[in-house]
Amino acid sequence: MERQAAYLRNALFDQGYLDEQFLQLEDLQDETNPHFVEEVVKLFYTDSVRLIQSIELTLKNTPRDFEKLDKIMHQFKGSSTSIGAKKVKKECTQFQEYCNVGNVEGCIREFQEVKQEHAALKRKLENYFQVFHVVHVACKRSSLSHLHNDYSDAK
Amino acid sequence: MAVEDIGSGCSSSGDQEFHVLAVDDSIIDRKVIERLLKISLTAVESGSRALQYLGIDGERSSLGFDELKVNLIITDYSMPGMTGYELLKKIKGSTKLRKIPVVIMSSENILARIDRCLEEGAEDFLMKPVQLSDVERLRDFMLRGGEDREVVGCKRKTRDDSCSSSVLSCDRDHPLSPISVSAMAHCKPISKRSRLLATD
Repeated sequence: MERQAAYLRNALFDQGYLDEQFLQLEDLQDETNPHFVEEVVKLFYTDSVRLIQSIELTLKNTPRDFEKLDKIMHQFKGSSTSIGAKKVKKECTQFQEYCNVGNVEGCIREFQEVKQEHAALKRKLENYFQVFHVVHVACKRSSLSHLHNDYSDAK
Repeated sequence: MAVEDIGSGCSSSGDQEFHVLAVDDSIIDRKVIERLLKISLTAVESGSRALQYLGIDGERSSLGFDELKVNLIITDYSMPGMTGYELLKKIKGSTKLRKIPVVIMSSENILARIDRCLEEGAEDFLMKPVQLSDVERLRDFMLRGGEDREVVGCKRKTRDDSCSSSVLSCDRDHPLSPISVSAMAHCKPISKRSRLLATD
């Protein structure tokens, strides 16, 4: 199971879904905050829903408010960067480039890419965290049972 | 008035309770900075909320300055409403708050922006996403309690290893022992900006 967790994690990096910022988050995780990375990721996905909805609404309004679209996407890109979401970030940048030149079709097309990458990463991370949980609980159990044995021996 | 009642800076640096105000509209970044700094921290989502907290939003704050404990303000640059730069100006324009060091964070590497912030009195400018190495520098500063430091203005130079830190002077706000000039010479440069210049 541990191997599976490691494999999943490495694949995310090898396939370009995550960058070194994710490593930074992992570095901030320890026994006092054992689920920090997952909490941040969850927060990202919760928070990004409103940003995505906001972009969708703004894309529907005509004439397109490119400045507003760029601003919202800037926030979205910032959050994506903070969790190391490499592919998502790349699509966000592309979207902003279309905004800058006022390319409506480009924006609409690119926004689909953003959403796709956003969803793909979510699935992969959920999968990874599920396995991570199992490993984490198993480790805790084995360390606790070890303590229990020590205590029994000491009696 | 007993010495220990005055503000936050009278105890020795080892006992000092350092408190940071973090300002960022991104809830993710607020969470990360809180974990990065690992220190007593209040996080708010906007410049106007920050000013409210600091008690200079135009309304009379019930909190007297002596009770307000903020030793460092770290703020995002791009925020809806008030930018970090505007917040910086308001803080530096306030007689009671201008001595609090302010650090700006931004995801955009824009030299004019960085210069503007440093010239307005920002202590440092960090590129987002903020990393542990950036925080190490900040932590050193925080643990030392933000003592007096000399200005060695190297704002517009290109990266030069012999250039010592571009650090802003603070008037003595807290009666902590100053570090010597020779100690200053060994300070690491506030090199985020010079790193940016080098990569350009």
